[in-house]
Order: sequence, then C-alpha cells, then structure tokens
Amino acid sequence: MAEPTERSQEYMDSTEKLDRGATAPTKEGPDVTDSVATSVDVQTVLPHEGRESVATVAKRIEITDLNLYYGSFHAVKSVNMTIQPNKVTALIGSSGCGKSTFLRSLNRMHELVPGGRVDGAVIIDGQDIYASNVDPVAVRRQVGMVFQSPNPFPTMSIYENVVAGLLLNSRKTKKPALDEIVERSLRGANLWNEVKDRLDRPGGGLSGGQQQRLCIARATAVEPEVLLMDEPCSALDPVATLAIEDLIQQLKANYTIVIVTHNMQQASRASDVTGFFNLEQSGTPGQLVELDTTETIFSNPANKATEDYVTGRFG
Amino acid sequence: MSTTPTTSTDAALTAGVPTPPRRPGDRIFSGAATAAGIGILVLLAGVAIFLLQEAWPAIKAAPEDIPGGTGLVDFIAPLAFGTVLGAVIAIVLAVPMAVAVALFITDYAPRRIANTLSYVIDLLAAVPSIVYGLWGIAVLGPAALGIQTWLADHLGFLPFFAGPVSTTGRTMLVVGVVLAVMILPIITAVTREVFARTPRIHREGALALGATRWEMIRMTVLPFGRSAVISASMLGLGRALGETMAVAIILSVSGVVTFNLISSTNPSTIAANIALDFPESSGLDVNALIASGLALFAITLVVNMAARAVITRNEDASR
Repeated sequence: MAEPTERSQEYMDSTEKLDRGATAPTKEGPDVTDSVATSVDVQTVLPHEGRESVATVAKRIEITDLNLYYGSFHAVKSVNMTIQPNKVTALIGSSGCGKSTFLRSLNRMHELVPGGRVDGAVIIDGQDIYASNVDPVAVRRQVGMVFQSPNPFPTMSIYENVVAGLLLNSRKTKKPALDEIVERSLRGANLWNEVKDRLDRPGGGLSGGQQQRLCIARATAVEPEVLLMDEPCSALDPVATLAIEDLIQQLKANYTIVIVTHNMQQASRASDVTGFFNLEQSGTPGQLVELDTTETIFSNPANKATEDYVTGRFG
Repeated sequence: MSTTPTTSTDAALTAGVPTPPRRPGDRIFSGAATAAGIGILVLLAGVAIFLLQEAWPAIKAAPEDIPGGTGLVDFIAPLAFGTVLGAVIAIVLAVPMAVAVALFITDYAPRRIANTLSYVIDLLAAVPSIVYGLWGIAVLGPAALGIQTWLADHLGFLPFFAGPVSTTGRTMLVVGVVLAVMILPIITAVTREVFARTPRIHREGALALGATRWEMIRMTVLPFGRSAVISASMLGLGRALGETMAVAIILSVSGVVTFNLISSTNPSTIAANIALDFPESSGLDVNALIASGLALFAITLVVNMAARAVITRNEDASR
C-alpha cells in the first residue's frame, strides 16, 4: 500500500503549485487559532452582504492521518489528502469502503452516529475542525451537505426551506434581504424559473430532481466554503441527474465540492479530481488507495485495484 | 355502438367468469374483521341508547324533582364545569412535561438512561388510579399546602389563586396535578414513539445546515410529531375527563362553580359525583345521575371529534 500513498502525496505537491491562492499549509498549531477565529467571524457576516464576496469563500481542505471508527470497528484508515478549492473532487469505491463515512467526517456529521469517533486532523483554511475549541455547529455552517435522497423539510414551504439555514442561531435577516437570498440561491440551483410562482407551496410537492436542487439551494443559501454531496443523484432519473451535474459545474466557481458517487460516468463527467477508496477485504478498514486528476484515474491509474474498479473488473 | 360491449358483458356473465375464486381463509378473516367493526358500532350505539333511555325521565321531570331542586341543567352544569376544569389543569401541566420527557428520551438522554426511563414511565401507566388518589390525599395534598399558600400570597390577584387556602390541601389544583401525573405516561409514550420515528434524513439535514440540537428539534422533530402530540393529548384528556376514583377520594366538594383552584369549596366532577352518590340514590335521582353521565359521554365525544378535526387539518397542511 506504500505506493499509492506516495502517489497521492506527489499529486498533492503538484497541485499545490497550481493553487492560485498559494496559501501555505499551516499546521503549526496554537498561533493559527486566532487568525481562524477572525475568518469565521467574517463568514458569519457574509450572507448579509453582496454576492461578489462569494467567489473568495471556497477553501482548501487538508486531511492528515484521519482514522474513523464506529465503536470498536475501524471504518477508515489513515487518510491523507488535500482537497483543492474551486474543484470538484469525486470519491469513488465500492459500498462499505468508507467513502460516505469519510465525507461525513468533513463536516463533523460522523460523530452524530452512536459510537462514531474521529482521530486525526481535518484542516479547513488553517483551522483543524476537530480542535477542542471548535464548535461542530459552526463547522457545519461552513461546510454544507447535500444528501443521498432529497430531504426538504416537509412542513416548510419552498421559501422557508431555502432560508431555513439563515434563520438559525438567532440570526436576524431582514425580509427584503431574505427575498434576495432566496432568489439568488434558487437561481444558483437552476430552480428559480420552475418555482418562482409557488414559493409558498410545500417543498415536498416538487419532483425528486427539483427537491434535490432545492436542497442544494438550501445548502448554498448560507454560503458555505465547502459543499459535500453524498450520492446526490442516486435517487434521481437521468435527466434530473444531468441537471444536477451541470449545476455542480457552475457551483465549483464558488465552492470547494466533494462528491461521493457510485456512478463512474458521473465521476468522470463531473469531477476534476478523483479519489478511489477500497478495502483489502471485508472487515478491514477502508483506505484512500489513489488520488489523482480524474483523467488519470480513468485513463491511466497507478493502482491495479483502481484500474479494476473503474473498468468494471472487481476484486 | 353500445351493442358490442353489452353483448360481450352478457356473454361473460352467462359464462359465469366474473367473480374470482375466494379462499376460505380470506372469507373467514374478512368476516371476522367485519363483525368486529360492526360490533364496536353496535356497542357504542347501545351505550348511547341506554344513557338516553335512562336519562329521559330526568330530562322530562319537573325542575323541583331533580336533586338540588332547580332543574337538570343546574344539577349537571357545576359537575360538567368541575370535570372540564380538572381535566384542563391536567392537560396544561402534563402536555409540556410529557413532550419534554419524550424529547429527553429520544434526543438528549444516553441510550441506557433513555431505555430505563421509558420503561419506568410505561410502568407509571400501569398504576391503578385508586393508588394515585391515595397518594394525592396522603402525600401530595399536605405537601402542596405550602405551595398553595405561596400561590395565594403572591398570585392571589389571579382568580385561580384567590384563596382562602384549604387547610386540608384537598383542592382542585391537587386533583389537577394528580390527573396530570396519571395521564403523563400515555402522552409521553405516544409522543416518544413518534418523535423517535422522525426520519433521520430530516434530522441530519437540519444539523448539516448548522442547526443546534434544539433548532434541529424545532425544525424537524416537533413538526413531524405535532399531530401525535395532539392525539396523545386528547387520549390523556379523555382519561382525565372520565377519571373517577382519584377525584372522588381527593376532592372535598360543595357543588359550586368557581375558578378558585385552592379553596376548600370545589366543584365536583361528573364521574366522581356518580361514584359517590349512586349507591345512595333511588328513583329519579338515579336518572339524573345517568343524565350527567350522558353529558360526560357528549363531552368526550366532542373532544375526540375536535382532536380528529385538528389532526386532519394539520396533516393537510403538512402535505
């Protein structure tokens, strides 16, 4: 297993040079905390301001030696990777290999599962989100998530669904500002034209694909830095799937996007970077086997297991 | 034009095809289910007819022949008032508590504590009402004396706590509290079941937006469980309305209509009054008591229908 890790490292290095922000990875420790605290403050103010600010929000994620557990079961073993801002990173791999678990560790959702435990560091914009002084609620505001099946809040209207995140944590936003955010978010999710005349209707009345785009609008309305998508198209038909994939391409201008998918075509179509998760045999922890540009993963992967998986020859 | 289908139907009929074969198991089960369904309606109608029949003489009787001497309405009104008052106090106290306990079990308590607690609460439902009555009269009444005095001293400007405070503690307020404790388990059990069934995907959706746990509950669990809370409350209200023994032994009654919850003059309730007076009644007095029972029947019927209406409206709204 030494070789793939090495390659991932190599890839990290090469992409770092390309990164326009050129923010050197800061893992030094305590002195980082202050600067991060201010950046979080900036975030909380952002939704009240104009849309120009959005483009600067996307953040790089650095994961060092991340281990995930369910009780005593070791689900994911020592992941090291860097997720680039303004790129779509796809995570592929067979069921049960830990990619969803890994995704959920990026916004501290994993620890909500009874027995869920995390070991290691996930550094977003210089701040380890697992540091003891970090509030998971604040992390989840910065890192939005779209789920496998569309989950608009059933008792809320379309409008209320979009603003749901904005009204949390006792925030006050004026109604005109909310209207503007609703329109912007729904336009951003390519849903505005379909729902603008029925914003007061329940979100559950939309079709599956519309509901999923509503969930994307809801997640982006709070202007997160990162958008996680856990098989966002698995419950959708091909047309709705394409609509979401187009949307992902537009969204990467503003966000760092990580998407888990079982759909090889989707990974190859929609992502810039692909990570392949695998486990040696059932019962052993899942690992990040290979991480590279999507083109390389699908045309010339370094690892035999990756090649077998992407070409449909398993095990 | 219409001839072709007609002839073909006729042909099918003559051929004897139309009814598919029915299995004996199907027939037996559907028969049993239908019989049970009709049976419950017959039973309910029977009760209503019995009440009407037996109450009729009292309804027809001259006002001076009814206990109290001023007519049936004057006889039943204070009892109905007391019944509703006690039940409303119980609901007002029990529902917020039950919802809080249910949320604690489903969302806040560690799993082992949650399991133990729900078991203990289910056990509370199994305690006979006479035991609650004894506890009310022997423990809660005297213990609540201090609180009731405090209420009279500090909140005496409210009609509910005008005083003077009963020295025995056997007041409407204590009855309300005992009834609340009695209906707490059923409300808790029903709401807990439904809260726990809130789809995980909605809970996680709220949390992933950056909701705190309480915000997640407010956005997903409470809306999801709203109709359950209402129907559970109505179940509890029904039990509180009909509760007999606990009320009969706690309350010292004087047949008044008053909102004063802590004085020594309290309205009785329909059920308690029947239980206390029935053995010593004869003739028209019995009919008058049964007429009060008819009133109770009507009250519970109205409460249940109102609850059903509220639930249906909520379900429509959430769609």
